[in-house]
Formats: sequence, C-alpha cells, structure tokens
Amino acid sequence: MIEREQVLHVARLSRLKLSEEEVAALEHELSSILDHVDRLTEIDVEGVEPTSHVVPLENVLRDDLPRPSLDRDRALEGAPDPHDGAFRVPSPQAEA
Amino acid sequence: MAEHELLAATATETAGLIADGVVSSDECLNAWLDRAAEDRLNGYLWKADRAAAMRGVDPDSGAPGAGVPVAVKDIFCTTGVPTTAGSRILEGYIPPYTSTALSRLSASGMPMIGKTNMDEFAMGSSNENSAYGPVLNPWDHGRVPGGSSGGSAAVVAGRLAPWALGTDTGGSIRQPAALCGIVGLKPTYGAISRYGMIAFASSLDQCGPLTRDVTDAALMLSRLQGRDEMDSTSVGIEGGVELPSAVDLNGLRFGIPADLIGEGLEAGVRKVFEQTTAAIERLGGSIESIALPHSDHGISAYYVLAPAEASTNLARYDGVRYGMRESEDDLVSMYEETRGAGFGPEVKRRIMLGTYALSSGYYEAYYGRAQRVRTMIVRDFDKAFGQVDFVVTPTSPTVAFGLGEKTGDPWTMYLNDLYTVPMSLAGIPAISIPAGTAGPAGGGPELPVGFQIAAPAFAEQSLLEAAFALEREIGFEQEPQEVER
Repeated sequence: MIEREQVLHVARLSRLKLSEEEVAALEHELSSILDHVDRLTEIDVEGVEPTSHVVPLENVLRDDLPRPSLDRDRALEGAPDPHDGAFRVPSPQAEA
Repeated sequence: MAEHELLAATATETAGLIADGVVSSDECLNAWLDRAAEDRLNGYLWKADRAAAMRGVDPDSGAPGAGVPVAVKDIFCTTGVPTTAGSRILEGYIPPYTSTALSRLSASGMPMIGKTNMDEFAMGSSNENSAYGPVLNPWDHGRVPGGSSGGSAAVVAGRLAPWALGTDTGGSIRQPAALCGIVGLKPTYGAISRYGMIAFASSLDQCGPLTRDVTDAALMLSRLQGRDEMDSTSVGIEGGVELPSAVDLNGLRFGIPADLIGEGLEAGVRKVFEQTTAAIERLGGSIESIALPHSDHGISAYYVLAPAEASTNLARYDGVRYGMRESEDDLVSMYEETRGAGFGPEVKRRIMLGTYALSSGYYEAYYGRAQRVRTMIVRDFDKAFGQVDFVVTPTSPTVAFGLGEKTGDPWTMYLNDLYTVPMSLAGIPAISIPAGTAGPAGGGPELPVGFQIAAPAFAEQSLLEAAFALEREIGFEQEPQEVER
C-alpha cells in the first residue's frame, strides 16, 4: 500500500512536478501494481544470483586513443538556452 | 510494371525487381512516398521528401535490399530529422547523430521514407501512450495496432511502407506485429547495436524488423546485425544471417509451456494456436509439453526491472541539453516543471514505480528480488532448450482490442505482454508470424492472430528456417481493409 506521503517523496526523488489529481491517481495505481508485483515474494530466491546482463561478455575493451567527438556547437544546437559555448541553467538557489 | 503490383510485392521481391531492372529505384521510391502520403492511420510522425529519403543512400549499390524504402520507429536518432520517441519532452528535437541500425540500412541502399508513431519512450502495448495521438489498426480503425512499435506495424500491414524497423523491450515488436497480421522479429540481445536508439530499459532493449513475411525479416536482420564499437554490448550473430529455405520441420522439437498458457487466453486465439501446432506436426515437427515454472512471474519481474532502468535512463530529460524547458525560477523547479509538463501519464507512472523500487529501504525487496527471479527465468529456458529446439506460444492472449478498452487499469494493459516478456528477460530471439484470424471476445469481424516461436540465444538462423517452413504451411493470405479499400 502506497500512501500519499510516499508518492510525494518519490516524486521529489524523481524530480517530477505532479498535479493533485496525478498524486491521487498514482497513490491508487502504484498500490495496485505493487500488489501484483508482490507475488514475487512467493518465490524462494535464496542463493540465486541476480541477472544484470544476459549475454556472457567480459572485459570489452578498446585502445584508449584520442579521436574526434561531437562538435561543441552541434552539441549545443538542441539546447533550450545555450550561452557562450555552454548550457545555461537557472540559479540552483531559489530566490529569497 | 503497374504501381499496385509493386506495392503488393514483398521487400525481398522488390529488391529483386530493382536488381533485375524491371523497376527503377526511382519509380519504387516515388510509389512508396505517394503511398505514405495517404496515411490515414496516424502511423507516421514525420514523412520524408525525396531528398531527405535519399540522403546518404545509394539505392543502386547492389547491396541486398538496396532501393527498397524503409519506415523507421521514431526512437532512432536521425541526423537532421526530428526524433521525438513519441514524447512531448522531445518535441522539435533534431539529433546531431544517427543510430547505427539506421546507418546500416542506409549503407545497404534503403531510403528512409518516414519516422513512425509509437508509445512514448516505447512504454505501452497499444500505442495510446503517444503524445501525438494513437495509431489506428489497419484491420479496424476502432482498434489499437498494439505497441509500442504500433506505427511501424500499422504502416507495414496497411501497405504504407514495404517494411519497418522497430524496437522490443518486453514485446514491442512481436505484439503489434501479431495484432496487425505481419511478421515481427526480436533478435537476441546483443545481435544489433543499440547506439543511437533512445534508451528505455537498457538490459532488455533490442531493435528488429517488422515485415510482410519471414524472408523479409531475414533480409533486414542480415543487414542490421553485427558488432559495433559504439555499443560494447553488441556482439552480432556469428556467421551472419541468410535467407531461409527450409521446407519441413523433420526431427525438430517444439515445446509448449503449459504453465503459461492458461487463463486470459481468448478462445479464438487458442483455436488458431492449436491449428498452428497441428501444422507443425504435419511438417514433421513434434510437439511436447515443457515447464517454464517461473515465467508466469515474468510480468511482475519485468514491471520492477524495466521501470527501474527507465527511471535512471529518463533522468537525462531535464530541460538542460535538449528538448523543451518549463520555468526559469530555480534549477530544481525547472527540472520538476519541465519533466512534469513533458512526460505523459504512463511514463510518469513508470518513473515513479522504478524510483520507488530503487529507493532506500526497498531496493533489495523489489529490484534485487526481481533480478534473482530473472535468473530463474533464464535457467528455465536453458533447461527447456535441453529438451526442445523451440518454445512456442500465442504472441498475445487476445486479438486487437478497442481504442480506450484497456486504458483504465495499468495491470490489465501490462498483461498483453504475458507471452512476450519471458523471452525478453532471457534475452533470447523470438518471432511472431501471422497464423490465422479469430473474432474478438466481444464479437465482431475476424482479426489476425500471431504465433510466437522462440529459440536459444543467437539461434536466429534456425528460428528463421522454422518460421519460414511454417509460414508456407499456414499460407496466411488475408489483407486488412486498409489495403483492399
């Protein structure tokens, strides 16, 4: 069961601004999804290794050589507020 | 050659007509651009003109498939072409580079005729999560085409493109292929580079072909597969891929996972599935019952793992480097308002679910446990493939459902991927081929039913051979209303 406070906490962690309606809907929907997902606790996973990658690969390496990368101006082309060769963002501190 | 004959040909046949000089690559491109312009399905988010379609392409190179235009899911970054992943947050975004998969098709001489509609960031099974409106099923405009590669499936089934490129994370190629009556192949994880493919769940995402028949799927796969220095998880398929030619299934063993095929399966879909297993036996294959005891937990594990990976992958959409920005107050408000306004409801739901599953105090209970269950599903398949050559299931438990029919409850929508998710978790290749038609549970005209065949990792060639032989035996010939008009 997910409560309103948890929804707000996770929304903060996710950097998502939610409307009141969205918070109410998510409280209900996340609880319902997690009820189903909780069936996973029926399985005995003692001693089973977690899978993070399905193809057996190890140490995929290449020579560490300098080579051309994305041009700075092109990288900035899609930015909402490029400035002086950089990405400009609002101040990290809220105005007092 | 009359235009309707050209549009009726498969991609492989069309490539042959171009190579033999029966049709010029120019005529072919014009015919398909005209056809794409008639899209009434909302299948395309962007359509090329001649110049854009031909950029960097030599249609007369003689490479396999050269000159046959291709439609591409709008999740593949394309230099100079808007790429949205079906999201408002990337509206107007024009990538400065092109994905490896699309570059490979271009290098094979295939013009790109358009970018296809999709569920936002590939999250969905009905295409109703696109910020740019749903795609309509060419068989019945009141029904969904499936998702998330719904646009790619609909334009191929509706003959608005010869073939298309899609992506599959938990069924997003196979399920829409089934619901639209075409072929969809999800290759082994690692068969094709993911470079430039907008990430959803990186341990599961894999691109592949949506095509009119199995031969076309083999042809496109042969051009796509291979190791790419830009994706260190790509390994390619050893020995490459050839066009299939098998005429029977003698001595091959097909396993039906009894645990998985139970409730929720529509009667019409079950009937077509049984007819298809009978066709396998007529071709000399044997049908056996196998156990995949943990596969019915696949959806639960998937809906922890995929949202967890998505929540981290989608952290990059923050209003700083690309896409839209809302608010200029302080930095955190800018992040929160941009993401709040830019993402749709399903994407927000999955970011929230994934963040919760990864958050302090819940990590081991959800993410850790789901990863262990994934291992058990992988082992189940390993064991099954010690007994049989292939695993077969229906692709989807139902035929195409009505627009809006399943949007009320997320879990009901998630269950569409019941049969496709286990293969994704195991990383193994699986193909859906059209196997017949069935009436929907609530009554109505017949709709296509898909049959899924899965094989061990990197066994694409034997998978394609089996699918090819079975496709011929089934002889699926029906066309959607979009084509007959």
